[in-house]
Amino acid sequence: MNRSNAEYKKYADSHAKPSPIVANCIKAFFIGGIICTLGQLLFLVYSGLGMAENNARALVSVSLIFLAVLLTGLDLFDNIAKVGGAGTLVPITGFANAVVSPAIDTKAEGWILGVGAKLFTIAGPVILYGTLASVIYGVVYYIVTLVMGMI
Amino acid sequence: MEIFTGLLKAFVVGGLLCVIAQILIDKTKLTPARILVTYVVAGVALTGLGVYQPLVDFAGAGATVPLTGFGYTLAKGVEKAVTETGLLGAITGGLTATAAGITAAMTFGFIASVVFPSRPK
Repeated sequence: MNRSNAEYKKYADSHAKPSPIVANCIKAFFIGGIICTLGQLLFLVYSGLGMAENNARALVSVSLIFLAVLLTGLDLFDNIAKVGGAGTLVPITGFANAVVSPAIDTKAEGWILGVGAKLFTIAGPVILYGTLASVIYGVVYYIVTLVMGMI
Repeated sequence: MEIFTGLLKAFVVGGLLCVIAQILIDKTKLTPARILVTYVVAGVALTGLGVYQPLVDFAGAGATVPLTGFGYTLAKGVEKAVTETGLLGAITGGLTATAAGITAAMTFGFIASVVFPSRPK
């Protein structure tokens, strides 16, 4: 039986399992939504205690990071991440998990080049490119406000 | 009631930001590390373009908890520092504003690697 590549692809696609993308998206939506709702709840509590908006937001981040680190240490985070996918990755919990997970697993390589270095496997690029973008934006913002001031 | 709608907005917007990443992962083979970097840089850019602040005003933690919110904090910090100290603020503003998150991740991360045993792969 001779089939062109395009025909074969069509045949293979029609017999492949239905794409799990819709199911993945629904799960990501709910898990991600729940994590953000928890963040909003904590924000309301901290604001209610009289904290300024900036500080309350910072403490929300700290709280969610603490929770994610704890769940990672107890080996529970991966179970949630398996279901949540991007729903656990995208909130700050995913960042915290990406910081602590390689650190715990490289203890055997020592405290300097194991934990100390691997802690930044994901945090390194995130902090580097985020900070870089903010510096570029800062320079642009400086120039724009300067020009606006002259007009 | 106002509290409830606030929580609902956080849920929907936060959920949608995660769905975008899920589509990117499933459709483009972007690794999680690339997604996180993309989200942070996008957060800085969208805040600079004035698009992200309205989303934060609308959805609260739904916009600040996803990693785009980390970029938002970086950009807001830089704006504040540049206004206060001029060009030097472009260097100091970002990490000053995000110090809580970064320091918390490092500190808790280190403590966890002391306390918890390595997991077999």
